Amino acid sequence: MATNSVAEICVPKNKIVMSLMHVHFLDPYHSGNSPLHRLDPRVKVVLALAFILTASLTPFGAWAAYILLFAIVLSIEMLSELGIRYVLKRAFLATPFVLAALPLIFTVQGTPIAAFTLGAWTFSMTLEGVERVLSIAFKSWVSVQMAIVLAATTTFPELLNAMRALRLPKLLVAIFGLMWRYLFVLADEALRLLRARAARSGASREPGRARGGSVVWRARVTGGMAGNLLVRSFERGDRIYAAMAARGYDGEVRTFPLPPLGARQWLMIGAGLTICLVILLLAAVITR
Amino acid sequence: MLSAPFSPPAMHIPDGFLSVLVAAALWVATIIVVARALRRASADLGERQVPMMGVLAAAIFAGQMLNFPVAGGTSGHLLGAALATILMGPWAAVIIMTCVIGVQGLIFQDGGLLAMGANIFNMGIVGVAVTHFVYRSARALAGRRPWGIFLGGFLSAWLGVILSALITALELAVSGTAPANLAIPAMGSVHILIGLGEGLITLGALAFLYFTRPDLLKIGEAKPAGRAAWVAGLVIAILIAIASPLASSFPDGLEWVAQQQGFLTNAQNAPYQVIPDYVFPGVENQALATIIAGVVGVLTVFGVALGIAYMRRKQGDANLMQT
Repeated sequence: MATNSVAEICVPKNKIVMSLMHVHFLDPYHSGNSPLHRLDPRVKVVLALAFILTASLTPFGAWAAYILLFAIVLSIEMLSELGIRYVLKRAFLATPFVLAALPLIFTVQGTPIAAFTLGAWTFSMTLEGVERVLSIAFKSWVSVQMAIVLAATTTFPELLNAMRALRLPKLLVAIFGLMWRYLFVLADEALRLLRARAARSGASREPGRARGGSVVWRARVTGGMAGNLLVRSFERGDRIYAAMAARGYDGEVRTFPLPPLGARQWLMIGAGLTICLVILLLAAVITR
Repeated sequence: MLSAPFSPPAMHIPDGFLSVLVAAALWVATIIVVARALRRASADLGERQVPMMGVLAAAIFAGQMLNFPVAGGTSGHLLGAALATILMGPWAAVIIMTCVIGVQGLIFQDGGLLAMGANIFNMGIVGVAVTHFVYRSARALAGRRPWGIFLGGFLSAWLGVILSALITALELAVSGTAPANLAIPAMGSVHILIGLGEGLITLGALAFLYFTRPDLLKIGEAKPAGRAAWVAGLVIAILIAIASPLASSFPDGLEWVAQQQGFLTNAQNAPYQVIPDYVFPGVENQALATIIAGVVGVLTVFGVALGIAYMRRKQGDANLMQT
């Protein structure tokens, strides 16, 4: 878990500590003026969720439906002008998880296609097992691509508006908003802590170099850093609250009403949902 | 990820790994608990809630960047569910973890969108409830003595991670995307090790706080609100502890059990029962359907590409006209 921690996703490990940059580059939003950037965030979120739901609902081995799903996600990537390479590179994030499904090749019962023995055990691969694993990997792959396009073409405030439109509790949306506001500030603080540790030789990543004490010692130092980060955030939270209170905050989260969805937006939602339904019907028919 | 050393399978479930039934059920459970947590935290924190929860969620998120090398290129990470629970109490911790996991899934694709309910449930609800139960129990056993804080902190963080991993494996097994007899022991044993890292970091953080800001350790304690959460933690811990070995003892995995009960087959077919025996005209054949889908797919992509090219040209023309 936390294998894909933010820092690792975006920068090679040895550069985290060295870099003096601020971490705003973590934000995956790519500014642009593509049709997808201009699309109402509410429509985008609803359709992205519908697409992922469709991918999840298609039964295992419905290859025809998978091709359609892939065609859709590919055309949306082209529409978004993000560059297909960018999306595909990020889409590899989900790959480690396929490991969890891999044993299914041997455990799903069906037509055996190959077998090998390892010590006392005999493993036999089945056609159904292979089909199942490939299906899971594929569904997960197209879903993550859609999520990447959504995050890369929608600013966070727009996502917050979509959350409001989807009737998430106001308080939760406000907390999300505040979290996003301070995420980069605190990520900077975490980087400063890491840099301070590196400067004091607390940990070397080079294999064979001194690592600075036993594993327990290293863990304790990191724990101290975490505690330090929390103390600073508590104090920051207090200051933010004081500043908000000074400006008249009374615990009530007030927002401007969102403009109603126009006919065009409704049409797009309707068209998108229809396409999803058609794919599900096709999948149902061919796997029957 | 770019220079990723060996990293064990993550606990953030991506989309495509959960059956829709499991994902939906866990979304419902998550929504109920988070709604309750919002009300409870509102009562506890009042108008401080939004700034405090927001900043602490950001802190836990940023805190996950903190790691330490263990051996052979692996490293220990902080997850933070335990620290949030110990410092802020279970209800606030549920909200903090919901925000952390929400941003991880929505922005960084660390965990899926449809699977987000499950991810919040596993790490934000099970993890928090178990941590709360273990930590509170250790504190009660220790009386006023400080070893309750440290031992309780370490054990609760460790067990929270392990039980979160076990419930994740159980969900995958029920979804038929990982064989129970392999996934549960594998996830369990890997996270027994990962959880040690979490436990040690949590212990270090608590030691730091104990000596510098002992007042912060009392915030989570001041409220009697934790009784229900303590019971919930106990019940969840017992259920997972019973279900995991039971499930993994089925040689064919949980899915086999589910199929015997007929519920998986129902779940898989349910959306399609509306149109029994419906056949598209001329598409009875699977190979033919695949070909048709392929052609339609290629045409879709081609059409969209053409459309974009056309639109751009028109835009270019318009720009030319303006100048």
